[in-house]
Amino acid sequence: MSYAHRYPARFAWLLVLALVGVLAVAGCGGSDDDSSSDEVTSIGKTEGALNLIAWAGYAEDGSTDKTVDWVTPFEKQTQCQVNTKTASTSDEMVKLMRTGQYDGVSASGDASVRLIEGGDVSPIDMSILSNYADINPSLKDQDYNSKDGMNYGMPHGWGANVLLYNKDAVKPAPDSWGSVFDPAMASKYSGKITAPDNPIYIADAAVYLEATQPDLGITDPYELDEDQFNAAVDLLKQQNKFIGEYWPDATKNISSYTNGDSVIGSSWQYQTSALQAAGENVDADLPKEGSTGWSDTWMLSSQADHPNCMLEWMNWMGSPKVQAQVAEWFGEAPANLGACDLTSDPKHCDTYHAKDEKYYDQIAFWKTPISDCGDDRGSECKTYDEWVQAWTEIKG
Amino acid sequence: MAAEATAPAPRKSAGRRLADFFQGRPRLTVAALLAAPIGWLVIGYLGSLGVMLAASFWHLNELSGEVVQGFSLDNFDTIFSDEVYRTITFRTIGVAAAVTVTDAILAFPIAFYMAKLAKPRMQSMLVVAVLLPLWSSYLVKVGAWRLMLSEDGAINWALEPFGLHGPGYGTVAVWLVMSYIWLPYMIIPIYAGLERIPDSLLSASEDLGARPGRTFRKVIMPLTFPAIVAGSIFTFSLTLGDYITPANVGDKQFIGNVVYSNFVANLPLAAAITVIPIVVMVIYLLVSRRFGAFEHV
Repeated sequence: MSYAHRYPARFAWLLVLALVGVLAVAGCGGSDDDSSSDEVTSIGKTEGALNLIAWAGYAEDGSTDKTVDWVTPFEKQTQCQVNTKTASTSDEMVKLMRTGQYDGVSASGDASVRLIEGGDVSPIDMSILSNYADINPSLKDQDYNSKDGMNYGMPHGWGANVLLYNKDAVKPAPDSWGSVFDPAMASKYSGKITAPDNPIYIADAAVYLEATQPDLGITDPYELDEDQFNAAVDLLKQQNKFIGEYWPDATKNISSYTNGDSVIGSSWQYQTSALQAAGENVDADLPKEGSTGWSDTWMLSSQADHPNCMLEWMNWMGSPKVQAQVAEWFGEAPANLGACDLTSDPKHCDTYHAKDEKYYDQIAFWKTPISDCGDDRGSECKTYDEWVQAWTEIKG
Repeated sequence: MAAEATAPAPRKSAGRRLADFFQGRPRLTVAALLAAPIGWLVIGYLGSLGVMLAASFWHLNELSGEVVQGFSLDNFDTIFSDEVYRTITFRTIGVAAAVTVTDAILAFPIAFYMAKLAKPRMQSMLVVAVLLPLWSSYLVKVGAWRLMLSEDGAINWALEPFGLHGPGYGTVAVWLVMSYIWLPYMIIPIYAGLERIPDSLLSASEDLGARPGRTFRKVIMPLTFPAIVAGSIFTFSLTLGDYITPANVGDKQFIGNVVYSNFVANLPLAAAITVIPIVVMVIYLLVSRRFGAFEHV
């Protein structure tokens, strides 16, 4: 009798083990690394299709709301058939971009640096895109959309993380992040404080520490060395006691304020406007310490099958008319200030402080934390995956 | 005879020839029949598990955050040395055990009524009633609980007249919601186990002078215990892997949440964390086998 017959169970296990071994070896095969940094300097003939990764609401084709559609006119004009894959986190966007199946992405700063460093996106000579000239100069050549003097895409729009509070429960109106970080103040709203469920929120604690504990010497909330990082993490662990919920998406954040589960916390202007429109007695402000914010950029994949369609799309998204549409639909400040005259709500740009440079200067925009501190400290800084692990520890 | 032998044999169809081929080769027949399902099991099912286990030894490139496919024990070192993962593991196992016990206690009387007391018509209605919630989306049920448990929700509204306050979002809420959602998975195995006990056994116990309590302890319980263990495998393992309920009504993380939050940013770490519930379940299944849970599922 064969071995397999005498010891069927043992044989089965051996088989499985052998298979796992084979797969492990196969999985360890060479990883392809084709980081091309050749600058794109011209637009050619469009390829007839375009595969995008975007935040929900960034590429509307009329299927959500018939009147909200800037994809169909683009398709008519360029003959590029647009397929949009909606991603819900920056991590997901990076993952999807690395599959090489997409032509471009609307990357936030916490994704874009990773994409640039990983060679997943191509630098572009922005003068080939006619609408780039009208983009708000504050959004150009930033850490999150350029590297070594090369530009990596078209700014899309931006927003600040604001302190959203329920006016009935929080009196007087808060003007400091201390109301969610300082135990003496935060304990008043224990169990009803909310914060975004996102590792990048560690930067918000760093912004508060930058103002309140100058000894730590924080200059950039995304470039934190060991001591600064630990101080921010400790502050957040302390805050955890008072947190009712870490909000995973804007819809849940809104429902928590509507149902009385949250009364104060970091949020976006979008939620504030939505809640006010629904008749909730809430307001939001930019605390005196300043805040964090996001600024998104349309980027071109270095493995794009339809690069010319993507370049056309970038230019399309930078045009004043589309900027006005998307800024109002999504609830953000447009990157092209020409959009301010075209919004259906004439006060849109004021609400979102699109032209307010003093406001803009108080915001530290998201970028991926990397080990290079960007100053004489060298490569001491905590990397994004350390931020992710710390976030697990903070939430407990 | 000779004429018969020389007559041309009728042409056989392809199917016929195939059947002839397998005729008298029983092993080959079995192999051909099982090739597809076994192939699926080994390649699709165990294979993906193997890839995942292999991934748990990979690590990330610091600068670009890309996965580097090489052997390292970094992830397991993180899991063992960081206290938070231990806390999360114990929290998850604790809630899984609490949900299992709660469901067993709730399910037994219902299953007993269905199997032994209800009339056939009632019985089939109850089976439908138990299974009906499984037809609606899991997300809808969790979403409904989220609304009920909220500060201005139905539970606080109902408790208010008594001066009480609901649990709010937290681990207690997770336990409540999981107990609700997995209950059918406990009722059905126990119901099946109870149905298999002949009524005559219960009558015999009674005839021999055992009171109902004793009949329950000495006759019903030993016979249905394997069924309860079988049901507990469902409730326990489903709770162990779930991340949607804790994300919606909890305030702390479960194993599933940590896997979910890492699997895009740090796939190797997520794979390593997944090893925890696998080990827990292997131990659970080995113990269950001792209790005879696999003898008649």
